Amino acid sequence: MPKITYIESNGKEHVVDAPIGQTVMEAAVKHAVPGIDADCGGACACATCHVYVDPEWLTKTGEQSSMEQSMLDFANDVEDNSRLSCQIKVSAELDGLVVRLPKSQH
Amino acid sequence: MSTDEIKRIIIIGAGQAGGETAQRLRQGGFEGEITLIGEEPAAPYQRPPLSKAYLKGDLDIDRLMLRPASVYAEERIALLTKTRAVWIDRANRKVRVEGGRELPYDALVLATGAKPRKLPLVGADLDGVYLFRTAADVDRVRERFVSGAKLIVIGAGYIGLEVAAVARQCGLDVTVVETAVRPLARVTSPEVAGFFLDEHTRQGVRFVLGGQPALIKGSDRVTGVALTDGAELPADLVIAGIGVTPDIAIAEQCGLTVSNGIATDRQCRTSDPNIFAIGDCAARPMVHYDGRMARLESVHNAVEGAKIVAAVLTEGKEHTEEAPWFWSDQYDLKLQIAGLFQGYDRIAFRGVMADRAFAAFYYKGDKLIAVDAVNRPAEYLGAKMLIQTNRTLPPSVIEDMSRPMKELVASAR
Repeated sequence: MPKITYIESNGKEHVVDAPIGQTVMEAAVKHAVPGIDADCGGACACATCHVYVDPEWLTKTGEQSSMEQSMLDFANDVEDNSRLSCQIKVSAELDGLVVRLPKSQH
Repeated sequence: MSTDEIKRIIIIGAGQAGGETAQRLRQGGFEGEITLIGEEPAAPYQRPPLSKAYLKGDLDIDRLMLRPASVYAEERIALLTKTRAVWIDRANRKVRVEGGRELPYDALVLATGAKPRKLPLVGADLDGVYLFRTAADVDRVRERFVSGAKLIVIGAGYIGLEVAAVARQCGLDVTVVETAVRPLARVTSPEVAGFFLDEHTRQGVRFVLGGQPALIKGSDRVTGVALTDGAELPADLVIAGIGVTPDIAIAEQCGLTVSNGIATDRQCRTSDPNIFAIGDCAARPMVHYDGRMARLESVHNAVEGAKIVAAVLTEGKEHTEEAPWFWSDQYDLKLQIAGLFQGYDRIAFRGVMADRAFAAFYYKGDKLIAVDAVNRPAEYLGAKMLIQTNRTLPPSVIEDMSRPMKELVASAR
């Protein structure tokens, strides 16, 4: 199973086995990684699963959809590598992915 | 009781509100006993996808789970599935479950949810007539949910319309029967309801508006629905989506104050200070709406109740209430709703319905109270932010499409 590393804003790392086909958000929530709220469960309705994708992974995680872009527009501390983790599907290619979590989801 | 005297917390109801509460109590550092009592066989799962991706077959039950079932044991949360709480003894702080076992508590959280209304009709118990609340309900529906089957949906609320949309995408023949003269009558404006009516009609859904079902026909299996005007509609399956009633039986039994749900204060505390109530079963004062009491049936409300109660019981950082939010997926339309539209006297629009991307802003006087945004996430989030921070923008400003929503929100007072 691909491994994904989530790094909290305080530097704490969580390495999680992420099933292929699920999302980067789901893998975090199911392993209780703090800092990803994902209140809506992945419906792209709440913008509380914001992550920063490690720059070297940006091509593999793909582009933001326009819906995602609009949602992120209203999130705090958005950077060029910001994504909503509910919109990134886990694939074999993403084994080793590193994402950082913002200080707050609101 | 001060929180350091709380050693045992019981949560009745293992839906999203109950499940989130258990999890957040642990995250908040509560070390005592947590017992989570639920009637369903499964660990807590998300309900919104039931009428969307789960019905369609795009998600299996494992993906609906809030957490893997193994987590509960790991975190010392006693999850009692297929268990019904039947009695609360407030004086001695005990919950009795079916079978007679009594469980003591120091603090009790009621997250009993709501039950779908049954069709008050002869034939409502026939094979092929379904309610829509649990994963098991949907599993039963799916056996009959095949291309070409004739489906009658009774009730044109969000659940009914979401089911109709999935059914059309799966090739079923769909008729929606609604007693009101328009769909979504309780939940949105005639304008937005009209948009969804047109969309479903274009997608091949037939509507019988103002239609009163008289009885469900069939001998052992459903064959159709007869209306009071004499019309008969053939059906292979009937799905009722006519709303829910809060599950307040146990709260009434133990004498808590109940009025359209279990009444609570902003901390989700009931009339008994040791008992909290959250989620679909509870009503609390809406801080963004002059403190009026409301009972919301939504994920936002379930999660927020869990956050509030966990913060109170662990003396954590007080939760700041969000403006209520909701969503509905139908075909390729994502409807995002913020706020409560009841009592509006004016609507302003950004975008046009013909583009399938527009937002309806609801005002009461000068105050922005809600938005329905269809494929317009910026308008949804912007309006949510305004409502949450008690700011507003005049309708003429909102309607100015030359300025992006984010800029408008920044300029609001």
